[in-house]
Amino acid sequence: MSMQQAPGQRATDFAATGKRLLARLGRERGPLIAVFALTLTVTALSTLTPLLLGKATDAFLMFARGEAASLAPAWWILGSVAAMTLVAGVGQVLLGRATTAVTQRAAFRLREDSEAKLARLPLSYFDARPRGEVLSRVTNDIDNLSQTAQGIMTRLLGSMLGLLGAVVMMTVISPLLAVVVLATVPVTLWAVRWVGGRAQPHFKRQWAATGNLNGHIEEAFTGHELVTAFGRHEESAQAFREHNSELYTSAVKAQFVSGLMAPATTFLGNVAYVLVAVVGGLRVASGALTIGEIQAFIQYVMQFNQPITTLASTAGQIQSAVASAERVFGLLDAEEQRSDTDEPVLPEAEAGRVVFNGASFRYKEDEPLIEDLSLKVEPGTTVAIVGPTGAGKTTLVNLLLRFYELRAGTITVDGADIAAMTRSDLRRRIGMVLQDTWLFEGTIAENIAYGRPDATRGEVVAAARAVQADHLIRTLPEGYDTVLDDEGDGLSAGERQLITIARAFLVEPSILVLDEATSSVDTRTEMLVQQGMATLRQGRTSFVIAHRLSTIRDADVILVMEEGRIVEQGSHKELLNAGGAYARLHRAQFAAIAT
Amino acid sequence: MPNRSRTASPPTLVPLLRGRLRPYAPQIALLLALQLVQALGMLLLPALNADIVDHGVVRGDTGYILRQGGLMLAATLVQATAAAAAVYLGAKTSMGLGRDLRSALFGRVQGFSAEEFGRFGAPSLITRTTNDVQQIQMLIFVLLTLLVTAPLMGFGGIAMALRQDTALTGVLVVAIPVLVAAVSLVIAAMTGPSQLMQGRIDEVNRVLREQITGIRVIRAFVRERGEHERFGAANTALTGVAQRLGRLQAYFGASAITVSSLASVAVVALGGPRIVDDDMQAGALIAFLNYLAQILIAVMMAMSVFVLAPRARVAAGRIKEVLDTEPATIGAAPRDAAPAPSPQADGPPGRLDLSGVVFSYPGAEHPVLHGVDLSVRPGETTAVIGSTGAGKTTLVKLVARLLTPDEGSVRIDGTDVRDLDRGALARTIGLVPQRAHLFSGTIASNLRYGDPDADTGRLWQALEIAQAADFVRGLPDGPDSVIGQGGTTVSGGQRQRLAIARALVARPRIYVFDDAFSALDTATDAAVRSALDEHLGDAARLVVAQRVSTIRSADRIVVLDAGRVEAVGTHDELVAASATYAEIVDSQLVPEEAS
Repeated sequence: MSMQQAPGQRATDFAATGKRLLARLGRERGPLIAVFALTLTVTALSTLTPLLLGKATDAFLMFARGEAASLAPAWWILGSVAAMTLVAGVGQVLLGRATTAVTQRAAFRLREDSEAKLARLPLSYFDARPRGEVLSRVTNDIDNLSQTAQGIMTRLLGSMLGLLGAVVMMTVISPLLAVVVLATVPVTLWAVRWVGGRAQPHFKRQWAATGNLNGHIEEAFTGHELVTAFGRHEESAQAFREHNSELYTSAVKAQFVSGLMAPATTFLGNVAYVLVAVVGGLRVASGALTIGEIQAFIQYVMQFNQPITTLASTAGQIQSAVASAERVFGLLDAEEQRSDTDEPVLPEAEAGRVVFNGASFRYKEDEPLIEDLSLKVEPGTTVAIVGPTGAGKTTLVNLLLRFYELRAGTITVDGADIAAMTRSDLRRRIGMVLQDTWLFEGTIAENIAYGRPDATRGEVVAAARAVQADHLIRTLPEGYDTVLDDEGDGLSAGERQLITIARAFLVEPSILVLDEATSSVDTRTEMLVQQGMATLRQGRTSFVIAHRLSTIRDADVILVMEEGRIVEQGSHKELLNAGGAYARLHRAQFAAIAT
Repeated sequence: MPNRSRTASPPTLVPLLRGRLRPYAPQIALLLALQLVQALGMLLLPALNADIVDHGVVRGDTGYILRQGGLMLAATLVQATAAAAAVYLGAKTSMGLGRDLRSALFGRVQGFSAEEFGRFGAPSLITRTTNDVQQIQMLIFVLLTLLVTAPLMGFGGIAMALRQDTALTGVLVVAIPVLVAAVSLVIAAMTGPSQLMQGRIDEVNRVLREQITGIRVIRAFVRERGEHERFGAANTALTGVAQRLGRLQAYFGASAITVSSLASVAVVALGGPRIVDDDMQAGALIAFLNYLAQILIAVMMAMSVFVLAPRARVAAGRIKEVLDTEPATIGAAPRDAAPAPSPQADGPPGRLDLSGVVFSYPGAEHPVLHGVDLSVRPGETTAVIGSTGAGKTTLVKLVARLLTPDEGSVRIDGTDVRDLDRGALARTIGLVPQRAHLFSGTIASNLRYGDPDADTGRLWQALEIAQAADFVRGLPDGPDSVIGQGGTTVSGGQRQRLAIARALVARPRIYVFDDAFSALDTATDAAVRSALDEHLGDAARLVVAQRVSTIRSADRIVVLDAGRVEAVGTHDELVAASATYAEIVDSQLVPEEAS
């Protein structure tokens, strides 16, 4: 439905994108050739039908007037038309199958390519734009393409050939009448453009009204509690009514004006019909045409008008499909992350020794963040990264996991440069708990086993028990088989956090990254988690990010970050004595507790 | 809990629309009349054309040909006008219906308590109110403009054909039902796959959404390959259904064209001999062929409506589900009677008492709160602390009457909150929720949310107390700075402070802070609290918190554990008396500081 396309959705380079789209369809060579051959056959057969039926009528009429000796030619013609119809019917079915094969296979590959591309894009690609935007490219745009492609292909090819066939046949029968019919085409095209042009501003207003209304609904619903608690139902309903009636008014206009397209093209088609009936009638009366010919001609007029209407209504869809294709290609063309080296190294031991050696990094060329950082982290020790929100504490994690690449210097894990390892070998050694508790739609057990899909139920339960999540999980209706999904599974943030902690635990990594892991778990749950963490940290190198001092008090090294830079590093005692940023942070915390 | 039986619910289009279309009955009746006129106009053309052939052409009567041509043109004009008017009424009716549905949904959702609201979740309710309604209004529009013309053209065609030739009408009487039957069969076969298709698209999109939102976790746990396989399976499944659907679609066009072509052959085969026998004239033959073409087009257009139907049916089901949900809380207690809490003799206003409050979420095995007693006095602070799932947030919702207790009561100055009218309750309680949601508008309009008449001085005072004055002053437009939807242009901590200021502006007698200080760093937290102590005077405060530091100075601390009050007392009392509280304190303080 053209109504669902967003306003101003126009491709910037229509020709290039269209060509590329066709090239992708062209990869399905076999079925594509079949599509062309079958379209040609079916159209030719159906184009001949009116002519032959006209000849049959004439044969009957000639016999009636005594100009022909027998009706045999009439019956022969009718017999062959019936046979042709059946052949064309079979051809039509085969054509549909071939078209489906081409478009659906192309859609399949496009989805596959896009998904594979996602895996090769650097994290900076995702961090640099709203998630919804990337998501919309791989879902809405590809949906739009694959759903419209088949319709467009069938109609476009069939309509164009049908149109061509009709024009040829009309010219063969009567050049004069053909000219009369063709003269209506510019008028029809003008009418289509006129209606389209008139509808456009109404559609824009409709989209704007839709946006306003949706915005209001979204606010009213997401802020439902506040609206209720502040007693603002009436005001909210009033605003809703205004937006709703504004949408109604503009939608009626948009629908009406664009809905005029069909009556308008029908009307012009009918005018052509009337012209043919009148002019044709006069020609037959003067003996220039036979009745059978006028019969065939009128059928061609109908065959001629149908594709014009179709093409007019398809134009919008093509526009929107090409615009979608452009966005999908934009994704496919995005720069990829550096591929893994061909001869990856593997550290000989798996102890968890991490060394930063003159590491430098910046997100933006002109904003130095981490400059020449050197740090030795011995196996089994804990590094705490502290600093105010937004200080860039996750940057170190991004570098360690190679979500981002260093600009200069190296990071080694058990002696091996992480840039020389494959990303998967590196990441397999690291367990991670992020502040946003991402879980996928599946059971709790499957989520805990995410890093080790082959883990037994016993191992899953053991991991959950170790991080104190077992009891919580067992109180849920289905226990470990409770399905998690986005539509509210009744799990609190803390509970989800516990599951992600169990998930990291099960992998048995030598290095742990805990990114604000405890910040959304409330106090008592947090305490249980901390006990689990202590177990988890035993014998593992840990990088802990948190802004609560109590969580990091046992850290071996504390890195204090401010505005993306590491401003201090040392133990709790050393840093307190140094009287710098850490001491200030600590005082703030202590003061808060004392008041 | 997600409602997994949702898709299995029976088709609900008819029950949803039956009553709602009634107000539009006169409009629809007029529309049907107009459609009848335009169908007759279409059908009149072949008849007039036949007259031209039989009376004008055969006799060589040029004047007659031109006169009949004029009549044809007139019929065409009438047809186009009627069709355009029908489109207008169709747009009015369908868009009006959409408006009514949105209005009904919005009103229903506004009445929802947190309980029903949580059952659907905000995103789902938004989709239902916007996209789902859009689906239905599109279907109705197409139904009124395309579908209703098909039977009119079918029956009208037969009636007009009877006028031409009774014997040949038999062809139509056979052909039309065969055509409808063939196309219906194909559509019936497509219903299953097209419903399946929607599910498969959702599945592919879900996997992609998870891959994008969970990209860090996927990479950290080295699950790219597993995700790729998961996607591959979903993609293959989708392509399978899409191909099945595409192949079925091929039969759709093929059967329609084959039936109508064969019918044309039959018309000429039966009509030819009748012309020879002089039972019929040549013009009638041409008219018949045209009726066939017109009816074919009408049927094809009508059938395309059925492609929209499955999606609209699902949408209708989802809408009906919301409309059929009775707001349990509000519905069960429509006791809005007392305009304000009646200040009773015993003490100043601003007393909040919960006694024996029991609350369970529907379907839950255990109540979230069992028999909670709690009181807040004017000028005092009562704090609630406890672990995840202890029932803290539920308690806040009960106080704000977003939920109502199963047993026991929530009283303000001795009046049960269920007996208060919503506006009075809203003015009495100032809620600062856990998620600091701001509405789009300016900072000032947000601050005035609870009291639209507050002057600028009061806004600044509130901002000062909430420690937000400095950053608001720093904004280019100060309090008139525009805030994006959901308050995205301010940071989490700033949003939280604005939410606190918003509650302050309304000057309620009782403040409820639901974990409202958690997004603030400890220093700001302390500053806000000391400013509150200074300015709130004799207002009562209920503070739900996770940090001991936040509540340490409260007059009364209630330790909530698994829905029960475990202990009540001051910080010092509880450290000595409550094991749970002592544990919490211990988990948050550095050892040497705890004592």
